[in-house]
Formats: sequence, C-alpha cells, structure tokens
Amino acid sequence: MLSYIARRLAVIIPTLILVSIFIFTLQKILPGDPALALAGEERDAATLEFIREKYHLNDPIYLQYINWAGSALKGDLGISLRTNEPVTKLIGSKLPVTIQLAVMAMIIAFLVGVPAGVLSAVKKGTVVDYLANIVALSGLSIPNFWLGIMLILLVSVNLGWLPASGFESIFVDPVRSLQTMIMPAFVLGTSLAATLMRHTRSAMLGVLKADYVRTARSKGVSEHAVIIKHAFRNALLPIVTLSAVLFGQLLAGAVLTEQIFTIPGFGKLIVDAVFTRDYAVVQGVVLCTAIGFLGMNLIADIAYFLLNPRMRSML
Amino acid sequence: MSAAFDTVDTVEPEALPPRSGNRAWKKLKRNRSALVGLVLVSFFVLIALAAPLLPVPDPAATSWTAVRKAPSAAHWLGTDEIGRDILSRMIWGARASLMAGVVSVIIAVLIGVPLGLLSGYFGKWIDQIISRIADALLATPFLILAIALAAFLGPSLTNAMIAIGLSAMPVFIRLTRGQVLSVKTEDFVEGARAVGLGNGAIIFRYILPNVFAPILVQATLTIATAIIAEASLSFLGLGQQPPAPSWGSMLNVAKNFLTQAPWMAWWPGAAIFLVVLGFNLLGDGLRDALDPRES
Repeated sequence: MLSYIARRLAVIIPTLILVSIFIFTLQKILPGDPALALAGEERDAATLEFIREKYHLNDPIYLQYINWAGSALKGDLGISLRTNEPVTKLIGSKLPVTIQLAVMAMIIAFLVGVPAGVLSAVKKGTVVDYLANIVALSGLSIPNFWLGIMLILLVSVNLGWLPASGFESIFVDPVRSLQTMIMPAFVLGTSLAATLMRHTRSAMLGVLKADYVRTARSKGVSEHAVIIKHAFRNALLPIVTLSAVLFGQLLAGAVLTEQIFTIPGFGKLIVDAVFTRDYAVVQGVVLCTAIGFLGMNLIADIAYFLLNPRMRSML
Repeated sequence: MSAAFDTVDTVEPEALPPRSGNRAWKKLKRNRSALVGLVLVSFFVLIALAAPLLPVPDPAATSWTAVRKAPSAAHWLGTDEIGRDILSRMIWGARASLMAGVVSVIIAVLIGVPLGLLSGYFGKWIDQIISRIADALLATPFLILAIALAAFLGPSLTNAMIAIGLSAMPVFIRLTRGQVLSVKTEDFVEGARAVGLGNGAIIFRYILPNVFAPILVQATLTIATAIIAEASLSFLGLGQQPPAPSWGSMLNVAKNFLTQAPWMAWWPGAAIFLVVLGFNLLGDGLRDALDPRES
C-alpha cells in the first residue's frame, strides 16, 4: 500500500514542480517590465528600483524561480498588493467558504445524479431513460452563471424565498448558512449531477450484464436486491473515484458561482485579484488549486486501490 | 526486396483509413439527437455568417428613448440599459461566441495533436517531457487556467481564445498520444516501417488518418466547452470588450438589471445553452457514428 502511494507521489511531485514553473512563468509573460505592473501608479525610478530589489527582479531568472519556489515551499506566497496581507493567509481565510460550497454541491449532485443514473440504466430504452438523458445533457450544456441568474430572478426576486447573495458559515448559523448556500450549491452541482448521472448509467449498464447479476436473478433474488446489493455496489467503485476527481473541478466552477452570489470564497478572490492586477494572489490561487486537484487525484487513486479487491490482491 | 514490396502491396489497402465516411454519415443521419444538434449548430452558424446581411439595427447604436424596453414589435427581444437592440446584439454576439469556440479548438488541435503524435510515436524522453507538460497543465482546472492566462495576457477576445486554446490543448495531447500508442503497433504501420518509409511519412500517411476520428469527436465536444469558457471569461470581463457584443458580456451587464429588465438576461443565456447543447448532441452522435463497435 505504502509503495503504491510512493509510486503515485513520484509522478505527482515532478508534475507539481512543472506547475510551479508554469505559474512562475505567468508573471514573466506580462508585457513590459513587471516592476511597472507591480508599481501601479507610483512609477518613479526609485520606487521601481526598490520593487526590483524587493522582488529579486534583477536576479537571473532561474534564481528568481528558486527564490519564489523556496518561499512557496515554506508557505510564503508573497504579499497581496491590494490588501497588503500574506497571500497564504488570504487563501486560508477564503478556502473554507469554497470548501463548504463545494461539499454542498457534491451532496446535491450525488443525491440527484446517482439515483437518476441507476433509474436510467434499469429502465434503459424507456421514456424514463430518454428523459433522464435529455436532462443530463441539458445540465452539461447550461452555463452555470446563467442558471444562477435565472434562479435569482425566480427564487429570490419573484418568489422571495431565498436570499440572492451573502454568506454565513455553517458553524456560526447553520440555518442562515443553508438558506444562503443552497441555491449556489445547486447551481454548482448541476453539471456535476449530469456527469455523475451519465457515468452511473454507464457503470450500471456494464454491471447489469455481468454473470453474477444473471446468477443472482436465476437464484430468485428479488429485482430490488439484485439492483441495489449486486449491481449498484459494484457500479459504485468508478463513481466514487470519479467523484474525488470532480471535486477538484468544483473548485474551478466555484469561481463563477461565487461571483454571481457574491460569496466571499476562493473563486471571488482570484477574480478580484485579476482586476486589481494582484498577481501574487492569482499565482497563489492557481498553485493551491493545482495542489488540491493533484491531491484529490491521489485520493481517487488510493480509494480505487482500497475499494477494488483485485488491486488489493496485487499487494 | 520483393518480399518487402509484397508486404507493401498487402499492407497498403489496410493502411488507408477505412472508407467509412459514408457509413458514418448514414449512422449520423439515423441518430435523431445528433440531427437536432446539427440543426441547432447550423442555425447559429448561419445567423453568425449572415449577420451583416440581416435587417437588424447596428448592435452598438444606442437610443436614449428606448432604454430597457421589453420585447415588442419594434424590438423583438427588447433593448438593453442604453437602448441597444438585443436581437441585433445577439446575432452579432453569435459571431464572437462561435469564433471563440472554433478558433480556440483550432489552437488546441494545432498544438496538441502534433505534440501527442510526437509523444506517442517516438516515446522515450520525448514522451516523458511532453506527458509531464500535459499533466502539469491538466493539474490546473480548465477555467482557472484560462482566467489566469487571460489575466496575465490582458482582457480581449483574442487573448481569451488563446487562453482557452492553451487550456484545452493537454486533452488533445493525451488523446492523440493514447491513440498513437494503439495504432503504432498495428500490422500496417509495422509493414510501412519494414519497407523503409520515414517517420514523417508513417506519421502523416498511416497514423494521423487512423487517429482522426476520436480527435474530430473530441474537437466537437471541446467547441461546446470553449463556448461556455469564452462566455464565462466575457461574463467576468476578461473576454470580448464593450461595446462589441458577446453573449457572456451581455449577461454580465444583465445581472445588474434583473428586476428592471429581466429579458436582458433571458436571451443570451438561452442562446449559449442551445448552441452548447447542439455541439454536445452532435459530438455524442459523431462518437456513436464513428465508433466501429457500434453496429
């Protein structure tokens, strides 16, 4: 088991180094002198020279990278130009908000996508299957920022049922938190639910043709037990591992959702940073997202290993 | 020597891509969902192409007497916050959306496919380097990467297309590499190598035509993703810049007038949804039509 994790880490670490080189290079593709961009309005020669010294911009580029990566390894991603706070602290304060949103979206996606996929597979070729597929494809095609706007229009503006924006931590005021986050979580979870539905359907269709399912049926096991105990349990393996990977993607989807519902999370942080040319924050968010994404991939691999008896037997 | 040429004679017919174009088209025509997709895509493409010929007002022309007017006979889809005709902006916006979708996928294919071919065909250190680069790019979610690139390149439609194209590229590297790995062990490739054909000829004459179908399917599906990505970037203010119309930027403005002029938000979103649905349906249909396992 440990050797398996070590092998996976051996692939992830060089990938992470490349990601860091790529993120570092982003600042280098800024047109013109980066000191000018960092200086903002204060563009006198002394300020520019001070910035060049402070950010080691006069050093050779490989030294600049080593300095930057060394600081990043120690948890120092620089200082936000906008708020003058350490980027790590900013990200640390925003991340729990986005994680709460992503977890709620994941729960909604599971509750909708998985049962719909099972039903669609069991009723293959019927109207139910056809409808479920149309809804899933629509869920994949609908831009989530438009869905958010339409829901605000319907649920908040016209019906007045839920607030259109705002955030409250679930640990502070659970009821208020659910009221403010349910709609954004639904919006974020829509395309995920569609993806889960399609994968569940495909996995169930494969499993329902398996010999052990046929054997269970021939032994007189009830259809309900065949579907839940024999088929669904085995179809769940790829779905669980897929979910870990999709969770990383939810962080990206949160960018737009947080923007629409004015949720002060990770996604809003990067968008605000983009418009204030707060490059250290942009770099920090991209790096953290990549680490989170690779981490979730690793968890998916480990989950697959632990849940799959064939893989375990290879130990 | 003659044995080698004999090999060529027997290999040559197999080496050519199967003449499955007609069969695939017949299968596609039988697939109703794919046809719906084709109709939707064709409709928006026609609208975008015919925009200068259609009798609609200038999409940038403002009218202070027609600010935020609801849909009417004069303005079928209503007007926006400075009195511009929404129908006209929708039609011209189709150009930006479709162009962004197609151009970014062309960028992704033109860079990703050759890298995938090199990686899969030559293997060894070339494969290691290219695969690690693809992994690194894939480690950063598509939209975050596109936002970061658009932020550093500067906000414009061209930069958004470059950002989306570069973000979509690793998928094509991975896909092409995987296809090449399976095709390069086929008998017809071995045969071509045995008769002394160069790597370039083998790649372009024997491998590329055989990996074309999955790339076409992926490209169609990626256009859908790219259209949403462009709309997302424009929605965030990182894509098409005002006053030029794009569906994403129209939604960005519309969200500020939800109570006063909800129609400003209805149409651009519906258009994005329909065109993306069209490409998704078409992509799914193409996958089924080009899949040799599908009877």
